[in-house]
Amino acid sequence: MSTVRLKKGFDIHLLGEINGQEVAFSAPAKSVAVVPDDFHGVIPRMEKKEGEHVAAGEPLYHDKNYEAIKVVAPVSGTVTEVRRGERRHIDAIVIAPEGNDTVTIDVKGDAMQVLCASGLWAMLRQRPYDVVPVPGVRPRDVFVTAFDSAPLAPDLDVVLGDKRQYIAKGVEVLNKLTDGKVYISIREGQSINAPGAEVNTFVGPHPAGNAGVQAANLAPVGKGDVIWTLDIVTLARIGELFTTGKVSHDTVVAVNGEMVQEPRYVKTVMGADLGTLLKNNLTDVNASRIISGNVLTGVKVEPDGWLRAPYRHITVIPENNKPDEFMGWASINPKRFSIYRTFTTWLGGLKKPVSMDSRIKGGERAIVRTGEYDAMLPMDIYGEFLIKAIISGDIDKMEQLGIYEIAPEDFALAEFADTSKLELQHIVRMGLDKLRAEMS
Amino acid sequence: MNKIEPSFRPGGKLAKLESVYDGMETFLFTPNTTSRLGVHIHDGNDLKRTMITVVVALIPALLFGMYNIGYQHYLAIGQPASWLTMWIYGLLAMLPVIVVSYGVGLGIEFISAQIHHKEIQEGFLVTGILIPLIVPINTPLWMTAVATAFAVIFAKEIFGGTGMNIFNVALITRAFLFFAYPSRMSGDEPFVKLDSAFGMGGGTVVDGFSGATPLGQVATTVGDNLSMTNIVGEPISTMDAFIGLIPGSPGETSMIAILLGAALLLLTGIASWRIMCSVFVGGLGMAALAHALPSATYPASMLDPVTQLCLGGFAFGAVFMATDPVTGARTKVGQYIYGLLIGVFAVLIRVYNSGYPEGMMLAILLMNAFAPLIDHCVVSFNIKRRARRAADKVKEG
Repeated sequence: MSTVRLKKGFDIHLLGEINGQEVAFSAPAKSVAVVPDDFHGVIPRMEKKEGEHVAAGEPLYHDKNYEAIKVVAPVSGTVTEVRRGERRHIDAIVIAPEGNDTVTIDVKGDAMQVLCASGLWAMLRQRPYDVVPVPGVRPRDVFVTAFDSAPLAPDLDVVLGDKRQYIAKGVEVLNKLTDGKVYISIREGQSINAPGAEVNTFVGPHPAGNAGVQAANLAPVGKGDVIWTLDIVTLARIGELFTTGKVSHDTVVAVNGEMVQEPRYVKTVMGADLGTLLKNNLTDVNASRIISGNVLTGVKVEPDGWLRAPYRHITVIPENNKPDEFMGWASINPKRFSIYRTFTTWLGGLKKPVSMDSRIKGGERAIVRTGEYDAMLPMDIYGEFLIKAIISGDIDKMEQLGIYEIAPEDFALAEFADTSKLELQHIVRMGLDKLRAEMS
Repeated sequence: MNKIEPSFRPGGKLAKLESVYDGMETFLFTPNTTSRLGVHIHDGNDLKRTMITVVVALIPALLFGMYNIGYQHYLAIGQPASWLTMWIYGLLAMLPVIVVSYGVGLGIEFISAQIHHKEIQEGFLVTGILIPLIVPINTPLWMTAVATAFAVIFAKEIFGGTGMNIFNVALITRAFLFFAYPSRMSGDEPFVKLDSAFGMGGGTVVDGFSGATPLGQVATTVGDNLSMTNIVGEPISTMDAFIGLIPGSPGETSMIAILLGAALLLLTGIASWRIMCSVFVGGLGMAALAHALPSATYPASMLDPVTQLCLGGFAFGAVFMATDPVTGARTKVGQYIYGLLIGVFAVLIRVYNSGYPEGMMLAILLMNAFAPLIDHCVVSFNIKRRARRAADKVKEG
């Protein structure tokens, strides 16, 4: 048990925070979808066809390379559509909920097999590459984050609710799967009862809640190391599976952001349709950007889209609230938010909640200013040099500069702060995919 | 703006001006583009804002430079004049240089952007104002134009444009002038404008006039008796150099104006305080060392360290040139080393190379060349540390 203090990073305070911890119940979802892009590294091979019935927890598809890895249906019902995009890429698998039959899994067997079959394996991530872990590889350590530090992020204690009781069991299961330790990182003021895990406290701004950042400050990933990362909610789900034999796909979601009339926690099911979830709660749908996840790492979804699996958060911000802003670069308006002192925002303090829309507010440029990425990344990594190595495709340099330690989400804050407006998360993802292709 | 847009898109009558149109549009209006992938919100700061802030930081030096041109002029012709007259004279004298600098530089940038079908970038905003500030006022306009064109094409565009250059573009302009037309760049002539500007000023030069800069005078001193005078032969003190009423390139003379700009750059966090401070520390250290071992062979060694830094382009270079993030060191440790060496080399060249009374330009250009090497070494330590960590683990396992 130790306390790690991080200085780098920044907490962005946005309008539309949730007051209190009450959880409302959502009306039952009209449709539920699984989006294969949410499980990076898994290449889908369908097990169910359109029109077939699935039970909750029954596999929809498995991975092309590792058949054991299943992605399961969160609810029981009928598969109404397998939506395909370009080159037959599966965009979404839509289920019309019906009935209440749930698969029960025999948990006495090999823990890895059980996890794979239950669909929970696909919710784990491994480093290097930030992908669904390869079965059969024992991780050096497992890192569990018990808090989310992103802008407007939900309090994971609220999301956990009464699932908290399963944490100890979850730790027990993970301990079987690793030769090293199970680390749980909490924030100041949080407490957790997890025998068998090493609990550390993290103090500091976002991205302190990223499991990868925590790992980098506790036991960094070197070449040849494999670690797993997950959050406390997934850990509790694992515990629940091994206690009851069933996976719970219920989830509590924070619905917040400037365009939400009444920001609140809502209990629903993974993959629920946003039409039901956001009904009568947006100020203006057409002027909104709906994000499944937080404003930094989430995915833009359409109003008729779905809550995406990895997220316990829906943020709704204005799409473009100042069209044709005249000479915005010359603005002395203190409301034009910038963390840099080239604007006047800082005079009023940077901790007041602000309104931010989705405009990029500048053109893409070469990297000019120094140290911007490093100030947003509390890891022993030269971010700028790593990004340059990725852009130039220099695999040796990427390795040497520590690409194994990072995931795209770790660069999200730097991407927000970047004066040159580069798509850093995308660049990191390209680099990781390239390296993974090269190494296999 | 939207109405005239179609004629600038491919196929339109004015398609050859597409980059210019885009440049003007993004200059006037914040782009409406919203994020496609990645983060959904972006910081309000962009490169335009960054560059404009540097231009604002240069304004004190620019205004004072204009005033000083007038001051030196009326001093040289021995006529009294109000400060406003002096300033307007300086304004008229500098205006053509500014127009030529921006005209030539932006012209090349616009053409280059159109050839590559890229957006016009804002890098020249700063360079365009730096050039008039560091080019002696009596430089013929055609020389400035040639030098600017050379620098923009060969020091910037062939490397890939804004953010890709190895050497500071404004300094390359100055260096080009310095080496291509040495006779017009030093001695009596270049720094004090004596003829009229757009019909203003002009007259007979007073007796005993000498337009040499203090550093120029120091370099030509013979014997142990070091004395600096202004252009009409009165002695000048460190305070005069600090205020800036001495002959020199328009932007470089006044410490006060430069420090005002430095304050803005440091407050906004645009310039690296690591570089700026370490340049001054390096310069002071080297100057103190030279001053501790004075020698008549090297007259500049007799200058006391503070005066040394107040004279010439040292402060201007330290604040506005060395801190250029594109051409400087990018790692924190690297920035200390980079700055320190600029300071040391600038004074070293000044004192021990009698051919170059001013060393700042050469010191910065030299270190521009070494900045990537410095960074490479700093980053190698990180790489080695990571490799060692991996090796230790293998041993344990």
